[in-house]
Amino acid sequence: MFYGIDLQSRLMLGTAQYPSPAVLREAIAASGTQVITVSLRREGPDGAAFRQILSQSGCRILPNTAGCHTAREAITTARMARELFGTRWIKLEVIGHADTLQPDPFALVEAARVLCAEGFKVFPYTTEDLVLGEKLVEAGCRVLMPWGAPIGSGQGLRNIEGLRAMRAHFPNVPLVIDAGIGAPSDAARAMELGFDAVLLNTAVAQADDPVAMAAAFARAVEAGRMAQAAGLMPRRDMAAPSTPVFGTAELA
Amino acid sequence: MISVLGSGVAGLCAATALAERGLDVEVIEPQDAPDPVSALAGGMLAPFCEGETAPEAVVRMGAGAADWWESHGAEVHRRGTLVVAPARDAAELDRFARATQGHDWVDPGALEPDLAGRFARGLFFAGEAHMDPRAALARLRARLVEMGVRFHSGPARGQIIDCTGWAAAPHLPDLRAVRGEMLLLHAPDVALSRTVRLLHPRFPCYVVPRGDGHYMVGATMVESARPGPVTARAVMELLSTAWTLHPAFAEAELVETGAGLRPAFPDNIPALRFGAERIFFNGMYRHGFLAAPALAEKLAATLRQETAPCVSS
Repeated sequence: MFYGIDLQSRLMLGTAQYPSPAVLREAIAASGTQVITVSLRREGPDGAAFRQILSQSGCRILPNTAGCHTAREAITTARMARELFGTRWIKLEVIGHADTLQPDPFALVEAARVLCAEGFKVFPYTTEDLVLGEKLVEAGCRVLMPWGAPIGSGQGLRNIEGLRAMRAHFPNVPLVIDAGIGAPSDAARAMELGFDAVLLNTAVAQADDPVAMAAAFARAVEAGRMAQAAGLMPRRDMAAPSTPVFGTAELA
Repeated sequence: MISVLGSGVAGLCAATALAERGLDVEVIEPQDAPDPVSALAGGMLAPFCEGETAPEAVVRMGAGAADWWESHGAEVHRRGTLVVAPARDAAELDRFARATQGHDWVDPGALEPDLAGRFARGLFFAGEAHMDPRAALARLRARLVEMGVRFHSGPARGQIIDCTGWAAAPHLPDLRAVRGEMLLLHAPDVALSRTVRLLHPRFPCYVVPRGDGHYMVGATMVESARPGPVTARAVMELLSTAWTLHPAFAEAELVETGAGLRPAFPDNIPALRFGAERIFFNGMYRHGFLAAPALAEKLAATLRQETAPCVSS
């Protein structure tokens, strides 16, 4: 449940960098996603035509504050997003480093406090840091979105053990892996680790065939989720024969 | 009589193709019309590079563009396109190579000595070209005047060909604007003879030589209909990519900045739309100089056919 909303699809899709809105529309359909995220900082209120295309997709819109480097910018952008899309959902990004697009944890908490108090449903783009996660929950966030790797890097899940610890530490907070997913196997892995959803953009938008890649991710996310629910076998130190060797009859 | 509305790249190409088929054509430029955004274009005739993201239809439309412009008076530089990437973004080059055709791997320094030692490898699209879009449009306009085509700001008559770009949005509900920003630099310290594209995961940019040490640097792509001058962010991004291509660009004079709204259909493919009252020649997106010749010829062939019985009778 994401702020009281139950989603069938656990794949959330970004809407930037597609070859065209027509391809984006097809990719959204192929992904089966119910949540798409869109940036506003640079486009401003004049991007009405593109927003209309997004609204027509039938998906729930999760506006984001990508491109914001201070809490104030992010708060202003969130307020604009609320007006433009008529939603209180906001994916809160406060970038701390222009090159790695790593979040600024201090400004993130500051902006989350203000926005939660104003009634926003905040989806913070964060790291796997547990203390930071606690501060965000304390600020009022009911979802956390740890990165897999830096935005757009396609490096997958860079700190599996850290993410595993985060999952264990926040058993009752929906966790979404946001950023860094490169291949469907990364997405499947995230779901197998017990994350509630994955959010990705570049891996689909910049594939040679974004529509086919969207379908591939849909299947991977579903497979990972199904596997997690089915109960994954534990890893073992040694290959374990499935039938006993000792004591079997010697027929020679 | 055929009235072509608008004198950007779509309007001038349409009027040219129609006039060359002997059709009676005039070009209408209302006094309050905005300046054509075509003047801000890069002037790359690069169908293969555009094929990275553009559909096959655009690559096909653009195949004959260089020949068309050359046969219509433009000074076309058939120097190809060089595509490079900073060392840490080398994977972008492999992706670009996979997504495009018509290229060879090269040593960038062997083609452009100024880039020697800066990039380990590059992609060379030998079949591509570039030109100065403003000079090409001025030449087209002069040819039309020589052919007796009248330019005026009065009312349209007869068949209307609407080439007004983003201004046609009220008639075309699925038309949207994609804002683009560009710079013109005077960098006599840099010697590049062909279009160079620098790949970057977030700020891809191209540099097109305009001659006399001038370079056009473009272009941003923002899903917005916001008018007004270039933003500081755009200038920073474009300059930083130009600087990455060659540090001597830092000493360049920033001669001009420009921002305009590209008209685009949802599939980003330029198209003719046959409406009840007028024909729309629109959605040029970032492919104006590449696609307008093919669309203009298609339009002229269609209209020539329709009027043919009258001519022969």
